[in-house]
Amino acid sequence: MSSIFQSRGFLGKRRQDAPADRVPPGQYVTPDFPVLSAGPTPRTPLDRWSFEINGLVSQPTSWSWADFQRLPSRYFMVDIHCVTKWSKLDTHWEGVSIDTLLEAVQVDPQARYVMAFCDGGYTTNIPLDEVTGGKAFVAYQYDGASLPPEHGGPARLVVPQLYFWKSAKWVRGLTLIEKDKPGFWESLGYNNHGDPWKEERYHGD
Amino acid sequence: MAIELLKEGFVPRILEWQVSTVVKVRQETPSTKTFTLALPNWIPHRAGQHYDVRLTAPDGYQAQRSYSIASSPEQRGEIELTIERLEDGEVSTYLHDVLILGDQVELRGPIGGYFVWEASMGGPLLLVAGGSGIVPLMAMLRHRQAAGSKAPGRLLYSTRSYDDIIYQQELEKLNQTATGFEVIHTLTRLQPEGWNGYNRRIDRTMLEEVIQPLGKGLIAYVCGPTAMVEAVANTLVTLGIPADRVRTERFGPTGGV
Repeated sequence: MSSIFQSRGFLGKRRQDAPADRVPPGQYVTPDFPVLSAGPTPRTPLDRWSFEINGLVSQPTSWSWADFQRLPSRYFMVDIHCVTKWSKLDTHWEGVSIDTLLEAVQVDPQARYVMAFCDGGYTTNIPLDEVTGGKAFVAYQYDGASLPPEHGGPARLVVPQLYFWKSAKWVRGLTLIEKDKPGFWESLGYNNHGDPWKEERYHGD
Repeated sequence: MAIELLKEGFVPRILEWQVSTVVKVRQETPSTKTFTLALPNWIPHRAGQHYDVRLTAPDGYQAQRSYSIASSPEQRGEIELTIERLEDGEVSTYLHDVLILGDQVELRGPIGGYFVWEASMGGPLLLVAGGSGIVPLMAMLRHRQAAGSKAPGRLLYSTRSYDDIIYQQELEKLNQTATGFEVIHTLTRLQPEGWNGYNRRIDRTMLEEVIQPLGKGLIAYVCGPTAMVEAVANTLVTLGIPADRVRTERFGPTGGV
């Protein structure tokens, strides 16, 4: 992505706060946690909340909020990168690894992708091998407290190695599928894959 | 959230970087300027979309930001970006303090396919803006006018003071001509003498009053600081507006106003 163009008189004053190996191209580090979403914040009472895995699995499974809390959880410290250019380093989460959830349902061998579905109708597609192997989790705590609704609470998917729109807020489940198909933003001009290190922001990147 | 999936056979267009030229700079308010940029490969956008701006230093260091388009798609060959100068900003301070007429800026776009309004979508329209959140909504208003749309609607625009109102004269003109669109201001910190409009942050009572003539079938677009957008969008839902008719765009940190 090198460019011969130069912006007259631009030196760049924020570069000092960006360790190069932690910040993907075109991103800047922010101490804030900006909120982005396409519509109002859904609010599902916990007694009506469930997390479901269906599609190409032997044992489609649904966990209630109480069941979900009893699953083995762990702490994750990850860097997150939003397509709107901000990155936030060393964010602290607690949640359940996708590996733990997939063990319970027994994934069919032909499954290649997951489609996350959410309260409010949001969807996003991710290759199965990018949510397994300890690479993704469903978080219900952020910085030692319950995940606030505007950040996706009660629970959100976190897939740190992809742009943050893949980390679906208000997630309610995953559908395992064989053939890839675009989710919400992937249908609206954003990249189907979304790797921040390859700067896969938009269609065609 | 209404989901508009890719149409069968739709080939996504690749967004290439292009070098635009600054053909006009206008100071809108003490903290905002509008830059008119001529594009070699202009294509019509949808009102509400944005462009990415990329700045490159002599040693190759780059910074990118997204900015909403203020102009209508009917304004061909160029786009207008209205940009607020953020004191600790890297890109906005450069654009405000350094960029002058005739300078070149790398851009790519238009981007975004959900926070958009086109005349064919009709109304009634409820636009709610906080501060520079007016920018994408202004593109919608300009498009509405340029396309000859008769969609009725209201804009509720929250700023700290009268001097902070962006596009003040243009909005005033819209109010004075009987176009079926009404602009309502609220000035949250400082009001001019004799001001008899709203003088507080947007709340439930204010929203109830503003949406009353529009009916429950309205389409709402809400843009501004996170806390404002969060409060307005959630209040609209509690007032009976279906969640899939409330589209939001936010900027700024959590809790920032």
